[in-house]
Amino acid sequence: MKLKTVKSLLNTDTIFEASAEKDDLEVKNACGADLMSDVLAFSNEKTLLLTGLTNPQVVRTAEMVGIQVIIFVRGKDPQIETISLANQLNIFLYSTDKPLFEACGLLYKNGIGPEEMNFIETSK
Amino acid sequence: MSLQKQQILNKEIESFDFQSGGEASSDLKNILRKLGVPSAIVRKTAIITYELEMNVVIHSLGGEITALISEDELEIRVDDSGPGIEDLDKAFTAGFSTASDEIREMGFGAGMGLVNVKRYADQIDVKSSKDDGTHVKVIINLAN
Repeated sequence: MKLKTVKSLLNTDTIFEASAEKDDLEVKNACGADLMSDVLAFSNEKTLLLTGLTNPQVVRTAEMVGIQVIIFVRGKDPQIETISLANQLNIFLYSTDKPLFEACGLLYKNGIGPEEMNFIETSK
Repeated sequence: MSLQKQQILNKEIESFDFQSGGEASSDLKNILRKLGVPSAIVRKTAIITYELEMNVVIHSLGGEITALISEDELEIRVDDSGPGIEDLDKAFTAGFSTASDEIREMGFGAGMGLVNVKRYADQIDVKSSKDDGTHVKVIINLAN
């Protein structure tokens, strides 16, 4: 699904995005979480994070696992430091009035699958 | 083959600095990318370092993070000045956390930090005492 469709389904407000071309970004899978360690522990490569947390560490967590898009649920506005870090790291931020459960449900129903829960392959 | 390790990062970590917490991990990620380390290894190193860095921010009085690299392996050292981990076995139990409600509200304290580090590390050694703080050494293999 294109990011443009995600934005339309969730009726998002744009907080930060690098350029309009990013509407063509392909969102293959997503995760919804309010615990950053869970994002770090159970997530595989993905593009989209839905969360109710708005502090800068959400953007840091996204950076560590390669998430390109963060959508804040329940109409929350992130802290200015969060926006500034996202700007620096080129991670797009949006907000939606929908709660986490509904936002995830809408994307799932419209074809975004669950992320694969495979762990990173290690040499063990 | 050279087994001598070269230091590629050394950065102080401030206690309770949630604005800059994660910068050292971010720096290391960029350095490894520039060195041409495979992306799967960069990713797991980033996760390990970030968990350890945030542990220092959340639980310690401050510390430092050092990364060394050789052709064969990457060594991450995270040292803090206390107060030490009371029960190391518990600290490695999934879901166990001593973090405050304030920390949990920020999305941390899931009790997965050291569990994550152990999962992704090829070797891990943790020494901790009240007098000497916590010292974590992680090895990530670069060559099979």
